Amino acid sequence: MKKRDLMMIGGSAALALGPFASVGMAMEPRIYYGFQAEQFEYRVSDESEKRLVWDTDAFVGTDELKLRWQGEGERDLDADSYEKLENRFVLQTPISDFFDAKGGVRIDTPDGADRWYGTVGIVGLAPQWFEVDADLFVSETGDGSARLDVEYEGLLTNRLILTPSFEINAAFSEDREIEVGKGISSAEIGLRLSYDLIDRAIVPYVGVAYERKFGDTADFAKHDGEDYEATYIVTGIRLMF
Amino acid sequence: MKINYIKGVLAGALAMAALSTGSQAATYDLTVDYVTIDTGDTKTTGIGYNGASPGPTLRFREGEEAVINVTNNLKEATSIHWHGLILPYQMDGVPGISFPGIEPGETFTYRIPVKQSGTYWFHSHSGFQEPDGAYGSIIIEPEKREPFKFDREYVVVLKDKHPHSGDRILRNLKMMPDYYNRKQRTLGDFIDDVGKNGLGATLSERGDWGSMRMMRTDIEDVQGFVGLINGMSPDQNWTGLFKPEERVRLRFINASAMTYFDVRIPGLEMTVVQADGNNVQPVKVDEFRISVAETYDVIVQPKDDRAYPIFAESMGRSGYAFATLAPREGMQAEMPELRTESPMLTMADMGMAHGDMGHGDMAGMNHGAAATDSGSQGSMPGMDHSNMGMGEKADPFYAAGSGLVPVAANGGKFLSYGDLKAQKPLYAERPATREIELRLTGNMERYSWSINGVKYEDAEPIRLKYGERVRFKFVNETMMTHPMHLHGMWSILDTGQGKWNPVKHTISINPGTTVYSETEVDEPGEWAFHCHLSYHMATGMFRKVVVEGGPTVTQLGNGN
Repeated sequence: MKKRDLMMIGGSAALALGPFASVGMAMEPRIYYGFQAEQFEYRVSDESEKRLVWDTDAFVGTDELKLRWQGEGERDLDADSYEKLENRFVLQTPISDFFDAKGGVRIDTPDGADRWYGTVGIVGLAPQWFEVDADLFVSETGDGSARLDVEYEGLLTNRLILTPSFEINAAFSEDREIEVGKGISSAEIGLRLSYDLIDRAIVPYVGVAYERKFGDTADFAKHDGEDYEATYIVTGIRLMF
Repeated sequence: MKINYIKGVLAGALAMAALSTGSQAATYDLTVDYVTIDTGDTKTTGIGYNGASPGPTLRFREGEEAVINVTNNLKEATSIHWHGLILPYQMDGVPGISFPGIEPGETFTYRIPVKQSGTYWFHSHSGFQEPDGAYGSIIIEPEKREPFKFDREYVVVLKDKHPHSGDRILRNLKMMPDYYNRKQRTLGDFIDDVGKNGLGATLSERGDWGSMRMMRTDIEDVQGFVGLINGMSPDQNWTGLFKPEERVRLRFINASAMTYFDVRIPGLEMTVVQADGNNVQPVKVDEFRISVAETYDVIVQPKDDRAYPIFAESMGRSGYAFATLAPREGMQAEMPELRTESPMLTMADMGMAHGDMGHGDMAGMNHGAAATDSGSQGSMPGMDHSNMGMGEKADPFYAAGSGLVPVAANGGKFLSYGDLKAQKPLYAERPATREIELRLTGNMERYSWSINGVKYEDAEPIRLKYGERVRFKFVNETMMTHPMHLHGMWSILDTGQGKWNPVKHTISINPGTTVYSETEVDEPGEWAFHCHLSYHMATGMFRKVVVEGGPTVTQLGNGN
């Protein structure tokens, strides 16, 4: 008998009584976490300088609020020194369909002078699939700077991916101690060809990267007898867990 | 208070007495276990029932009281939801809504007065246990003779078995929404399109989708699965035996986490006789699409002494399930040719009436997100019309010009929701008392899904009044297809056939369309209402429904 008989259902609904613990448990927001090494690579320059370079990222949090660690580094394997060693801890929250705002601290501890920074920025996906990460920094010495990172994934096939990337740094004032001049200070362009070996978790790649310093920053480098530009052949592995 | 309590006990005792004289109890035992799932290619640890995944087929009889003792042998809490069964809400098995769940080592006794018949299924409603293997089938034998004949029957349960656990899949989707999408358009496709449509048109088409940051290939979120039939991969070849000329009833259940299947049996016409457990007026088809969580019963009559393939290609063509109907053991049907061309979404699937997409240059698109077959078809450059049902009347349950419109592999009849007519109306026809609009919303890039833009954790329950008839208006504003499942009460799908509208438990809403269903609010209590795609449900496309008023509802303590 499929016709609903309301009376009968009423009877069976009252079938039993008894004290029972509250079941109205609130739905908690889900917590996610992840780790990613966008770049983890060995670089050899046109002048045979060897570097180990990484750009890593880990997060934990909900859709609404995440704690994110961003670590970037560049180790000069010839001089056994850190050219660059950055760690950022930011809180991140959505501000639009495709962009998050983030704010926190950045700690630079390379060989040479250390710096603390306060940072705010946005990260997200721009129209036409450009991944954008833009940050402002104010250092402990009161110097302001900015960085823009743009990346695009070009699918040659569904596993063979060509990724052009672009990074530009600018300073609003000079900080001689860390050898940064006012204005556009440095830029790097890269082109990496990767292959999704195991899912998206283990992705080896090869590529080229060209970096150069500009303006006073370039002059500071020249003055110290350093190169203000370099081209690298890179081999690396992208990781995601 | 005290008097009420005594009254309640009295009513309960009377009801118990009524039940005990009016129906028989049948007892079933289920254990929930960690199991190994072997697809031939992969061996993974999953969750099953009575030591296996899929679990057993439970056979209930209409009119009995089914008593099911469920023992949790896992190290985590579990639950069983009886998908499609009309039952007291405390027996519905949704942790946090119907009951607290079943703790490790605990045995929970479900008591279900069986008041319906047909093909159904059961699955865990805890975490990702269902994608991980916790599902089984239910056959309820009717009290009366069925309006169709068959000589033998098989349950055919489809499953998209993935090598990754559900937890890992969701985490990967959250890190990278296209983690599992290996059907994306590549440089090769770009070059092909330039050859076909010219550079300008191709760039403009890519630009339109790129400006929305949406992918035309976003049809199956989670690819990389093996299609299983009754727990067996294509290589393992599940086989159902028949004698030529016999009428074989196949009870198809899509127990997949994320995958719609297009089902056919090349060489045999299928007569659909039941959908979601309710008899429908027989309709002969060559192929049908089964949404996640739906069931369809079909009757076939193989005449030749040969093996026939049961072939289920996923909607996005990223995987398939295969089995054999054979006159003898040890036969394997010939594998039909795979349709390798994947469907692609069109601007019609985007609804185009929604969002902040300023596409003034798309005059001629059907902006009505309504389920009508009116309106002209899109004129997007590069739009692929080849896989649309030309010549036949367009299926009104897809947006006009949709890239998802299915076409039968043999060019024959593909089942539409529009073909489903109830065999016998379950309810008297009456106008709905009110309409509730549910916009299906989400953000693919964030992999978050919602209803009316609000995720479950932030949402107020939907409050219904006992005795009313509500009309749900589903407006799909996303580019994905969503199988919406209301627990505990039937959903009468509006196909425009009045009292013959089919009665379902799961209603699939295609992108860019609006679909209506009506529900007679005849069950008190608290119920779940959600998209049955596991990772859409988990990220927020979910609501609690509270039925207010009606017979006094009390909480049942462990089925006693």
